Amino acid sequence: MAKLIVDDIEVEVPAEYTLLQACEAAGAEIPRFCFHERLSIAGNCRMCLVEVKGGPPKPQASCAMSVRDLRPGPNGEPPVVLTKSPMVKKAREGVMEFLLINHPLDCPICDQGGECDLQDQAMAYGVDTSRYAENKRAVEDKYIGPLVKTSMTRCIQCTRCVRFTTEVAGVAELGAIGRGEDMEITTYLEAALSSELQGNVVDLCPVGALTQRPYAYHARPWELVKTESIDVMDAVGSNIRVDTRGREVMRVLPRLNEDVNEEWISDKTRYIWDGLKTQRLDRPYVRVGGKLRPASWPEAFAAIAAKVKGVSGNRIGGLVGDLSSVEEVFALKQLLAALGSANIDARQDGAKLDPSLGRASYLFNASIAGIEQADALLIVGANPRLEASVLNARIRKRWLAGNFPIGLIGDAVDLTYSYDYLGAGPDTLTDLVGSGTFAETLKNAKHPLILVGQGALARPDGAAVLALAARLAVSVGAVKEGWNGFSVLHTAASRVGALDVGAVPGEGGLDAVAMTNSGGADVIFALGADEIDIAPGAFVVYVGTHGDRGAHRADVILPGAAYTEKSGTYVNTEGRTQIANRAAFPPGEAREEWAILRALSDVLGKKLPFDSLGQLRAALYAAHPHLARIDHVEAADPQAVIDLAAKGGETASAPFHAAVTEFYLTNPIARASAVMAECSALAQSRLAAAAE
Amino acid sequence: MSVRRLAPKELQPESFAFTAENLAWAEKTIAKYPAGRQASAVIPLLMRAQEQAEGWVSEPAMRYVGEMLGMPPIRVYEIATFYTQFQLLPVGKKAHIQVCGTTPCMLKGAGDLMKVCKKKIHPEPFHLNESGTLSWEEVECAGACVNAPMVQVVDEVFEDLTPEILEGIIDAFARGEKPAVGPQNGRKSSEPVTGLRVLTSPELYDGSMVGKGAGLAAAREAIAAREAAAAQPKPAEPAAAAAPSAPPKSDPAPAKPPAAEAVKAAGNADSEKPSKPVAPPPAGEKGN
Repeated sequence: MAKLIVDDIEVEVPAEYTLLQACEAAGAEIPRFCFHERLSIAGNCRMCLVEVKGGPPKPQASCAMSVRDLRPGPNGEPPVVLTKSPMVKKAREGVMEFLLINHPLDCPICDQGGECDLQDQAMAYGVDTSRYAENKRAVEDKYIGPLVKTSMTRCIQCTRCVRFTTEVAGVAELGAIGRGEDMEITTYLEAALSSELQGNVVDLCPVGALTQRPYAYHARPWELVKTESIDVMDAVGSNIRVDTRGREVMRVLPRLNEDVNEEWISDKTRYIWDGLKTQRLDRPYVRVGGKLRPASWPEAFAAIAAKVKGVSGNRIGGLVGDLSSVEEVFALKQLLAALGSANIDARQDGAKLDPSLGRASYLFNASIAGIEQADALLIVGANPRLEASVLNARIRKRWLAGNFPIGLIGDAVDLTYSYDYLGAGPDTLTDLVGSGTFAETLKNAKHPLILVGQGALARPDGAAVLALAARLAVSVGAVKEGWNGFSVLHTAASRVGALDVGAVPGEGGLDAVAMTNSGGADVIFALGADEIDIAPGAFVVYVGTHGDRGAHRADVILPGAAYTEKSGTYVNTEGRTQIANRAAFPPGEAREEWAILRALSDVLGKKLPFDSLGQLRAALYAAHPHLARIDHVEAADPQAVIDLAAKGGETASAPFHAAVTEFYLTNPIARASAVMAECSALAQSRLAAAAE
Repeated sequence: MSVRRLAPKELQPESFAFTAENLAWAEKTIAKYPAGRQASAVIPLLMRAQEQAEGWVSEPAMRYVGEMLGMPPIRVYEIATFYTQFQLLPVGKKAHIQVCGTTPCMLKGAGDLMKVCKKKIHPEPFHLNESGTLSWEEVECAGACVNAPMVQVVDEVFEDLTPEILEGIIDAFARGEKPAVGPQNGRKSSEPVTGLRVLTSPELYDGSMVGKGAGLAAAREAIAAREAAAAQPKPAEPAAAAAPSAPPKSDPAPAKPPAAEAVKAAGNADSEKPSKPVAPPPAGEKGN
């Protein structure tokens, strides 16, 4: 720890702190453009200048100077940092004047207007007139992909975007070419960025040089209503802010949560919003004579009631989709129970996860933040880059810190970090349990992490693979006091919550595969289930938001609310309970799913015991108390993993394939989004070019 | 300085690869750096690629070097555009004349040299002449200020230029000849244009003083004695060389004859400093 005085306030900070951090610890605000907590230090904007006593007698860039570089005074006084002295003010005004020399005065037509660092800081350090009479520099705009729009004349060369793509996103595609005044940010030959995290450069850009292309000229920040919510595009549960104007979602931005997404979100999370407006189901439909016909709610309910009447309980089934909130899953389960059915399944992909094995058997037990503690990682049947991009960035962050051996069993793909490719299928995993150099690596690690993807579990021998992975975890000491490295990576936002409330077949119940095969269930309530084919024969009641695969197969469509249109609980892959809030209202006659199920239950004569979301939650919390603890990870008992390890099972030899191959098209909202379609086409062409 | 761009597509070659000889050299260069730091070799490799490809770096060459060093192409692109020594456009196959335009050269008439280039090659820098064999550009200091004004062609310099001499040099390049490099006014490297006035004693350079134990004092003594002796019987040339002491002449031409036969190793002036006996390389036999 080192003592120093910042503007007459004495603070004690770790010696490795930069002056900027020390000043912030003392409560002083330091303007900055290039400095960012999560990126390397560049020190090139010079906006954070401070005056130091005990250092060089000139203004110092506080972001690039360490506290330990300062010397105490002649009598041992602590070094002094001044952030508000006349010298500092003059220096920063000088920097600002230089920055503004070439910066265009186009704030009125700039999308960054109103949330622009340069604009804000010019209020504090800018002057009202320019002394610069010459022509301003103009820079050609660059194409860097369909998501990020460039206005390069506005660029102040802070290089945050270059550092982000290189360091965090792990794709060295952006660069600064030229030098001095002629420096320009571009990709090589203006190719589109290939990262799944590229949208974050827009947030990082302190000026309007990089803006969101789909959002261009759509809205101004001050006219948007901001709602804090949770993302459902993957199972990470990234914290987001949904910006709406009227009924319309205008954009999605990340929210800071150090334990989940830090401050990044994936492109799917960020640019999905145009999919919320297209292909929407805004009224009930009933299939009459093979064709879906618009209907009123009572007509639709009557059609369902007529069908359900003659069907015995065990011929009725329920499927839970990937975007469903815990509340509606709970309501569906209650409805099915009331109808006398144990046929419910949240595992559309057929993943062999079973809540009866204990909660630890299906959670990312190490926790997302825990990745940074891990010192060895084995990835089994997953492609975290596509399945959970933000989590993958966390793995990369840990990998960059060094001493982090990573092994991979499954598809050998570019994960933005290097790894030992161990093999393709369960046989490799079996070998690892016995011996092998990577098993040694895991054994020698203090906190080994075994990441099991859905690609390894959503297959006939999934249960055996899960047990095998658990056996490996136990044998290498990944499950011990204070550390449970057995971690299942989910791809569906609803999955962990649904497993928590037991949305799996009960005693003698049919699972998703059995239900949807021909001769399975006679009536299927599909709650946003779009990733599964239902064989002809069954009467399908689809409760969902988009005219996607599920709606096409449906006999009755009940329009639901998307994740931005309802208040819903989601449990992320590590078991963190979070609540997504309503930012807009569902379109037309669409309603929240739990309310639909409640109304339907009345028509079916099995009235569910709640009339409001509050009552539903009360019942839910009574049954599953951990769901009441919002933003809290309820640690699972590791004994479940040890028990799981004792189970056997025959594994097949077929190689693992990651659960997500089409990153941009994993759910009905994404498939309705034109932006995602464009990204997907681009990704496909890149794949095709790479294959050549 | 201006914005530098890659050459348009139609000028870019299909591909690039080092010749076997250059490849061997590149491997040796890469091996100079510790494992994981191969990217450090990017500048020498790009330079060699530029030399191989008639003086400019093409886009395929950047990719090739990037692949060789395990670097993303954008990183190579950054470097190639940062350093103006890398030519991004095709340059004259026979010569690319780089006229130094920094202060000393400018004061000594670099502006006139550029006029010559504009007249004889192309009115604009970085443009090929009509036959596509010559091009020119203005560069920052090439480090030969004492011989200003000067031009550089690849790694050879032509110093102490006048517009007429430069015209001759450009003509020679155009004919495919190799003009003589170095100072064009007859002096040896950067010796005074008025001829040498110190360290002129041949003993300094013929090895006769090595091992005599005299050291610096002895050397000085010998020089003094020789000069005293020389001043009386043969006052012809050395006197002339020593005489015009005060102001350096603005026109170097009259000083040319004595300068031409001045001591060759002018760098040995520094040898006076060490206290060890002066042991310069056996150099010129001075004419007195």
